[in-house]
Amino acid sequence: MGVLSEFFKGLRVTGRVLVDTVTGDGLVTTKYPEEFRQKPQRFHGRHVLNRYPDGMEKCIGCELCAGACPARCIYVRGADNPPDEPVAPGERFGYVYEINMLRCIFCGLCVEACPTEAITMSSLFEMSTWNREDAIYTKDELLMRPDGSVPHMFPDDPLARHKELETADGWLRATAPSGVAAYEGVQGWQGTPGRANWDPEPDQEARDA
Amino acid sequence: MDVVDVLFVIGRVLAVFVLLLVVTILNVWLERKILADMQNRVGPDRAGPWGILQTVADGLKLFFKEQITPRKVEYGLYVLAPFLAVIPAFLMFMVVPFGRPITIGGREVPLQGADLNIGLLFILAMSSIAVYAVVLAGWSSGSKYPLLGGVRATAQAISYEAAMGIAMVSVVMFSATTGPDGTLSLAAIVERQAGTYDMTIPFLQWADFIPRWNLWPQFVAFVIFLIAIVAETNRAPFDLVEAEQELVGGFHTEYSGMRFAMYFLAEYVNIFSMSAICATLFLGGWTGPTFDGQIPALFSALLPFVWFLIKTYAIIFLFFWIRATLPRMRYDQLMQLGWKRLIPGALIWLMVSTVVIAFRQFGPPWS
Ligand code: SF4
Ligand code: SF4
Repeated sequence: MGVLSEFFKGLRVTGRVLVDTVTGDGLVTTKYPEEFRQKPQRFHGRHVLNRYPDGMEKCIGCELCAGACPARCIYVRGADNPPDEPVAPGERFGYVYEINMLRCIFCGLCVEACPTEAITMSSLFEMSTWNREDAIYTKDELLMRPDGSVPHMFPDDPLARHKELETADGWLRATAPSGVAAYEGVQGWQGTPGRANWDPEPDQEARDA
Repeated sequence: MDVVDVLFVIGRVLAVFVLLLVVTILNVWLERKILADMQNRVGPDRAGPWGILQTVADGLKLFFKEQITPRKVEYGLYVLAPFLAVIPAFLMFMVVPFGRPITIGGREVPLQGADLNIGLLFILAMSSIAVYAVVLAGWSSGSKYPLLGGVRATAQAISYEAAMGIAMVSVVMFSATTGPDGTLSLAAIVERQAGTYDMTIPFLQWADFIPRWNLWPQFVAFVIFLIAIVAETNRAPFDLVEAEQELVGGFHTEYSGMRFAMYFLAEYVNIFSMSAICATLFLGGWTGPTFDGQIPALFSALLPFVWFLIKTYAIIFLFFWIRATLPRMRYDQLMQLGWKRLIPGALIWLMVSTVVIAFRQFGPPWS
């Protein structure tokens, strides 16, 4: 009776899973809004515009990100820095910066294109809005505050998890800002966006020792 | 029969109705929860404690949905079909006794919608009418998928109802030997299963706790009946009638809102009724220890109902377990199982039990 033994074998599998799940260690899903999983390090979430540790904006308004964007969803206008009160180091700064999150495909090409690491991606993906206008993120929502925290569209929403906004994306970890494959002697990646106050990577020998 | 009797009858019918609605609400939730647990998931847990109100929420949602009527339907039959599904489903349970008769104010009140002396025939009739609902829904929707679902339903119901009926016949024959005469009344069939075996064989005396259920002498009929009721209620692995993946929901593809909810309700009421009938025929229905005189009379009166629920839910759990385990059968496999295995099996079992019963009643023909 091959069929019967297979039948009971099947019942045993589901029965075992039932017991496992009820006793608690078989569960593979999480009760999402209350519990959530650790996201991968290189998760592509909402964008953040970063600042230097001294509070200067990193974006220089070069529009390279807008050029690289395959979805054409970034709109940047640069403007000359006011000489007495510069917003960003160098000549120009990003005067207008908008991303249409409805069109963004979260490919991360803008992050790759940016010469100053001004734009990076966080781990936040809860970006539902009540209307289309709210889905267009302006500089006010994208730019981190001088104290290093990042604004949220709906800060009081139960799903607003501000910590997710402050984990930087892994693209920066995977590449050396200097373009040198070995990290030696250059400032590397750190776990929070923007505040470029980390130590340069030690050289290979020093690390192995 | 006076006014009070009439009131009691109305009360019984209402009790059955409410019981069925409540268990349906619970069963939908229970099924989703058990399926989830068998698939390593959490399942519904938002509405109420442990999500127990999920079905109420779903019902409310369906209640307020628009009932879309496609242009090509045969209107009269299209509207009639859901009622044809619900009403027999409720009627079927009316003949199932769900507790020991209780005495209120000197009147004997059977806990049963109605004690028909043709109970089993009535059940078969109702389950046949329920097939009309599916067939008519499939045909009157004026669309291809429901039609296919309806055609499948016809073939499936015919094949499996035969096996179910034959399995019932052997139970009826057997229970005729345990009482004064043959009976189709479910109340009588249950009462004849009360008590335990009195073991006369000395070395088997320890086994005198075994209840005198029809399950033991009629085990083959039980298995056949179980398979047939799973097919009869169109549950996995016999849910070819609905077959979400191939038929987009089968016969109820074109139904929405409350009309769809009625099919849903009918399906779950049917599961409960069929499991209850199975428990009644084979597992002794409401019989079980009631500890009369040892515990308060109220508990003694309630205990049979509890036994009934436990037995019914054991079978319902089996339904859910099988659904979580087995993939849907192919159509030819379904027909083969029905016509080449179950019906011949049921017939052979019927003959075997006939011969055995005849020997026990009349002795061997050569004596
Ligand atoms: S992630 Fe891709 S699509 Fe989105 S803004 Fe950046 S470049 Fe454009
Ligand atoms: S975000 Fe980077 S690439 Fe885009 S405009 Fe600013 S500096 Fe240029």
